[in-house]
Amino acid sequence: MSREILLGDEAVGLGAIHSGLSGVYAYPGTPSTEIFEFVERIARKTGDIHAFWSTNEKVAYEEALGMSWAGKRALVCMKHVGLNVAADAFMNSAVTGTNGGLVLAVADDPGMHSSQNEQDSRYFAQFALIPCFEPRNQQECYDMMFEAFDMSEVLSLPVMVRLVTRIAHSRAGVQTRQARDQNPLSPARDIRKWTLLPSNARIQYRHLTEKQPELLRRSEASSHNELVLAGRRGVITCGLADNYYRENVTNGDHSVLSIRQYPVPAGKIRELVDHVDELLILEDGYPLVESMVRGLFGLAGVQVMGRMTGEVPRTGELDPDIVRTALGLEPRPTAHAAATDLAGRPPALCKGCPHVDSFRALNEALSSFDNPQVFSDIGCYTLAALPPLEAIHSCVAMGASIGMAAGAAHAGYTPAVAAIGDSTFSHGGITPLLSAVQQKVNLNVLVLDNDTVGMTGTQRSMSTGETLDQIILGAGVEPEHMRIIVPTPRNHDENVAVIREELAYDGPSVIIARRSCLEAIKKA
Amino acid sequence: MEKNIILAGVGGQGILSIAFVIDNAALDAGFEFKQAEVHGMAQRGGAVQSHLRYADGPIYSDLIPVGAADMVLSVEPLEVMRYWHYLRPDGWVVSSVTPYVNIPDYPDADDLLESLATFANCILVDGGLIAKAAGNLRAQNMVAVGAASSRLDFSEDQLLAYVEALFKRKGEKIVEVNQRAFRLGRAAGLFFRGLVDAGLGIPSALRLCQRIDPPTYDPNLARQWADAVAADPGVLEGLLASEATVPCDQVPARV
Repeated sequence: MSREILLGDEAVGLGAIHSGLSGVYAYPGTPSTEIFEFVERIARKTGDIHAFWSTNEKVAYEEALGMSWAGKRALVCMKHVGLNVAADAFMNSAVTGTNGGLVLAVADDPGMHSSQNEQDSRYFAQFALIPCFEPRNQQECYDMMFEAFDMSEVLSLPVMVRLVTRIAHSRAGVQTRQARDQNPLSPARDIRKWTLLPSNARIQYRHLTEKQPELLRRSEASSHNELVLAGRRGVITCGLADNYYRENVTNGDHSVLSIRQYPVPAGKIRELVDHVDELLILEDGYPLVESMVRGLFGLAGVQVMGRMTGEVPRTGELDPDIVRTALGLEPRPTAHAAATDLAGRPPALCKGCPHVDSFRALNEALSSFDNPQVFSDIGCYTLAALPPLEAIHSCVAMGASIGMAAGAAHAGYTPAVAAIGDSTFSHGGITPLLSAVQQKVNLNVLVLDNDTVGMTGTQRSMSTGETLDQIILGAGVEPEHMRIIVPTPRNHDENVAVIREELAYDGPSVIIARRSCLEAIKKA
Repeated sequence: MEKNIILAGVGGQGILSIAFVIDNAALDAGFEFKQAEVHGMAQRGGAVQSHLRYADGPIYSDLIPVGAADMVLSVEPLEVMRYWHYLRPDGWVVSSVTPYVNIPDYPDADDLLESLATFANCILVDGGLIAKAAGNLRAQNMVAVGAASSRLDFSEDQLLAYVEALFKRKGEKIVEVNQRAFRLGRAAGLFFRGLVDAGLGIPSALRLCQRIDPPTYDPNLARQWADAVAADPGVLEGLLASEATVPCDQVPARV
């Protein structure tokens, strides 16, 4: 028992370890990456927790579910959009239920600091009919893990802990507790529960719906859902929003309900609504609680304010200043007005990065085409969309580059080029490549094999080097149309020639640009 | 007591190392603290900031509200401007003036310094010059935290202990270089403030500091230097005309 400096992510990891964790599963993704990394660091020393990166979030979730099936506690971590990938396993795990405790820590990214959207995972918890915790500080990140694992084991349900970037990547001192033992191996015995044939699934789904009153009862009774009735102006704060409210109002006359455990505590909201004339709803993410409170036709007698009415901006991350404005308070005086027209400093590929040489070669090889477009993917190389390279023209979902290039080729678009990193390829690129090969689609895939997951901090890649080659050949790409180039300035002309040859080939081809990430070399 | 600090710089300049030193000192002193930082995409050479707060009571928000920062502590002069609206009216700017130029439209250096000099409450140091003198250009972050240290609520030794903890696994030599950078940064900051408090204008004080040999900064001599420059403008012109630096204890005699 001591006080440690921990990121919100790390507090989740340590809370899980001290809850008796046996396995942690994840695919890297900002802002969730540090949860797994923290557990992995400790697991390396203690040797009694399984910690190995998974190829994608769906695999991670299924591995965690298997650990739970075996009776042990599992933590699975991902970013919000990763849960889309894992959704099949996730939704159905609520129907099967769990054996050992299963906690899903998902980190949302309101404001899209490092993401393609700002979807709110609380909807996923609601969708799957499972409980969700939403910590407002690092101590709660730690403490809620114990509750989440307990609840998972008592109710036989996966439990979600929802973070946002701001808590995931913020440090504070955390008081830790005595660690408890891991569960012994005790595999699930009820086969019907785990075999979702329609006849079993109907029964399991009914069980899931029958658990809902108990989930609600727990939410209503939870100390994480605190209601303080005072004046006729009401505020609902969800998760971190509570901090922003308290930062601005210390001795206010508001009636306040702080929500940090879901399902939404309807009884407490009813009490608050009956007490106030107006109600400001503050939540970091989508207006989930707000839309429920408002309903389709509004709430008679109470003015409900929030993201849907403009008091809080509809999009973006909350902060203390946005909340201040929403509360109708004057801005604080400052030493200086905000600078306007300040030179921006956008992120860029590192000096000497292999991707730069790959895209220079690709740009030149494509220069003979009229306005060529390159489908791309998610990783450091997405930065090639920016000047000076401006080499890629799409970034949608993990692995989408290959599927979209194939679809464009089906439509008659040529040259259909996809650019994807080695790790993203293993995550979501193998299946669309297999599909394209089977259809003999005329497309060119450039795999940027830098031997690591670069953007999230050089984690282990699952398909790099020889493994990558074997996968590509195994997918059925003709050996003479799997070309390997080394992206360096010196090889530029040669690389351009190779890419041109493959662009001229009518069929599926893969060019592997293979050179290690400099950051990874520096760290090794 | 509550102290709100915006740490600023460019990805790779070691903002989080500064945070490590202050976080640990705060925890050690029994304060509450919160420190929000930037990971992921923005770290690739982009503008990077961290909101660091410590207090003897509860801290709610991980983010510092606009108008509530006591200090912008920056390893880079342009990056001060990105966050100076966070400062409360009597807040402080502590910054290195060594530019990190990785963009084509980087502002003119003199304009930039003129902007920073509008803050009466400022400590400006030449991070590049001082870090080089300490033995490693990469130690500019430790120069910056050293320059700010007199305005933090910890002793020099408390902070130096965490500079050591931070670099320990890289070996004794790296620890020494970084501790030296911290000490020189602290002395440079105190010397700079000594000049300004003795009546020297901020731009002149900075230029004078840049002509003094960093290992010799002595805050106790600041008043004498300020008086010498005030008495004879030729003193500063003479120093600026030469590329060389002079030892701090060679205060020109009054004419």
